Amino acid sequence: MAKLLMKGNEAIGEGAVRAGCRYFFGYPITPQSELPHYLAKRLPEVGGLYLQSESETAAINMVYGAAGAGARVMTSSSGPGISLMQEGISYLAGAELPCVIVNMIRGGPGLGNIAPAQSDYFQATRGGGHGDYRVIVLAPASVQEIIDLMQVAFDLADCYRNPVMVAGDGILGQMMEPVELGEEKEIEIPPRPWAATGRMGGEKKLINSLYIVPEELEQHNLKLAKKYALISEREQRWEEYRLDGAKLVLVAFGTAARICKAVVDRCREEGLAVGLIRPITLWPFPQKAFEPVIEKTERFLVVEMSLGQMVEDVRLTVNGRRPVYFYGRCGGMLPVAADVVREVKKLYGGEGQ
Amino acid sequence: MKKVFTRPRSLKDIPTHYCPGCTHGIVHRLVAEVIDELEIFDRTIGVAPVGCSVFAYNYFDCDMFQASHGRAPAVATGIKRVLPDRVVFTYQGDGDLAAIGTGEIVHAAARGEKFTVIFINNAIYAMTGGQMAPTTLLGQKTTTTPYGRDKEVNGYPVKIAEMLSVLDGTAYVARVSVHDPAHVVKAKKAIKRAFEVQLANLGFSIVEVLSACPTNWGLPPAKALKWLAENMIPYYPLGEYKKPAEVG
Repeated sequence: MAKLLMKGNEAIGEGAVRAGCRYFFGYPITPQSELPHYLAKRLPEVGGLYLQSESETAAINMVYGAAGAGARVMTSSSGPGISLMQEGISYLAGAELPCVIVNMIRGGPGLGNIAPAQSDYFQATRGGGHGDYRVIVLAPASVQEIIDLMQVAFDLADCYRNPVMVAGDGILGQMMEPVELGEEKEIEIPPRPWAATGRMGGEKKLINSLYIVPEELEQHNLKLAKKYALISEREQRWEEYRLDGAKLVLVAFGTAARICKAVVDRCREEGLAVGLIRPITLWPFPQKAFEPVIEKTERFLVVEMSLGQMVEDVRLTVNGRRPVYFYGRCGGMLPVAADVVREVKKLYGGEGQ
Repeated sequence: MKKVFTRPRSLKDIPTHYCPGCTHGIVHRLVAEVIDELEIFDRTIGVAPVGCSVFAYNYFDCDMFQASHGRAPAVATGIKRVLPDRVVFTYQGDGDLAAIGTGEIVHAAARGEKFTVIFINNAIYAMTGGQMAPTTLLGQKTTTTPYGRDKEVNGYPVKIAEMLSVLDGTAYVARVSVHDPAHVVKAKKAIKRAFEVQLANLGFSIVEVLSACPTNWGLPPAKALKWLAENMIPYYPLGEYKKPAEVG
C-alpha cells in the first residue's frame, strides 16, 4: 500500500469521509482551517455537503438538526469556537444524538493565541456545557492515528448515541506525516429508528432534551449515567510504552506524549527505568492502564501542554497510592524533551518528594 | 349529519398549556390545517425552540425537534440539507427569533434555506414573565420597561418582515394578524403560500403573525385583540412583503 504525505487537519477530513461522514457544518478558526478547506473540496466529490455557518453556535445547531435527521455529521473548531459550541453540545448529549466534534486546541483563556495547547482538557472531559453529561474524547498522537481514530469516533458516536470529541492540538493539525490510507470501503451507517425524518407512515419521533417534570428529568439523567458507566467500562483506550520495570511512569497525551516517548528513550539509554502511559481516550480516562502499574512503579510524572488538567485524573486514579508530579508548559509553549528529562532526573530515585 | 368542522389530523387531541386568550392555539390550528390540506403531514418535520411555544412538539403530531433558544433556523438548516424532500418548518416567538436568534434567522434567510418559518410576534417575552422584546412598541409597559419602552434607553422595535424581505434568499415574506376572523382567514392563506413556496423549492419563506398575549399585556382577551389591532398593526403593517411570481 502506497504511503501518502498528509497534514493532520487534512487527515481528519479524509478519515471522516472514509468513516461515512457526508455532512460538515463549520466556522473558520485557526489552527484547524485546513480541515474545512479539505472537506469543502472533498465532500462534494462523494455526494456530501460542506456548509459554512455564520457562527460556531449555528454550526453546532446545524449538526444537531442533521444528526437528528439521521446523518453522519461533523463539525470542527478550536478553543474559543468550541466554547461557543458548548450550548449545542449539551443539547446533543441531552437528546442523545451522535456526531463528531473536532477541537484542535489553541492557547487560552479568552482569545489566547493560535499556538498549540492542551488546555481545553477540563472543558472536553468535564462536560463543558450545562448539565450532567459526558462526551467521549479521543486524543490521537500522529497523523496515521488520526485516520484510524476517525472511524472509531463515528462508530462510538453511533454505538452510544453520544457526541464524540476528537481533541488534538495545533501541532497535530499542522504536522505532515506519511500515512497509509488503506482500501476505501463502502460504509454502511447503522439504522437510526429514532431519527426524526418525517413519519412516512410510521410512529411520531421527537428529538428533545426538555423534561419539565423533575422525576422525568432525573430518570433521563440516570439513564444517561448508566450509558456513561457502560462507556467507561468498555471504551478505555491507551498506549503503553516501555513500562517494563519502570520506576517512574510518565503520563501524557497527544503531542506531549510524543515528546515523552523521546524522553523515555533518552532516559532508558542512560539506564533510568522510565516508561509512558499515553491515554487515547481522555474520557473515559483509562484508569485500567494504571491498575497493573501503580504497585510496581514508584512515582508518576504527568506532562501536559497546560498548567495541569489531566494530572487531576491521574491523581484520582492513583488515589494516593503513589506520588504524582506535574510538569507543563502553556500558552503555546512546548515541553522540551531536555527539560522533561531534567524533571525526571530530579524525581527519579526519590528526590524532590 | 355532515361534519363541517373538525380537528386537523396534524394536531393532537390534547389540551394545550397556553393561557386563555392567547392566539398560539389559532396559529397552531392554521398551520395544522395547511399541512392537512397540502397532504404533507407524513413528510413534515417541525422545530420548536425556547419560549411559550417550546411544547409545540407535543401538539403537532408530525415528527418534531426541540431546539435551543434562537437556534431553530440552524437546526432546520441541518434537517432540510439532509432531507431535502421533506417539508420543514420552525415555529418561533419574537424573543427567540428577533433577539437571541437574529443571526440564525438572517443567515438562514440569506442562504435561501428552503424551509418555512412561522414567527409569532406578540411584542413581549411571554414565558419568562413579560419582559421587553425587540418587538415591544415604544411606550409599551413591560416588566423590564415599567415606565414604557424608551427609544433613548432601549432603541426601536425591530421590523422583521421588512428586514428579511430585502435579502435575496427570501422567496416569501408576509405579515398577518389573527385578531379577528377575517384576518385569521388571511393569515391561513399566507401560511399556505409559505408552505407552497417551500414545496416549489423557491427559497426561504416566513410568515410573521401578530399575536395577542393577554396575560403579559395585563388585558382581558377581547381587549388584548383590540389593543393588537389599534397599536401593533399601525407599527407593523400587514401584507405580503415579498412573493415569487409562481405563487398566487
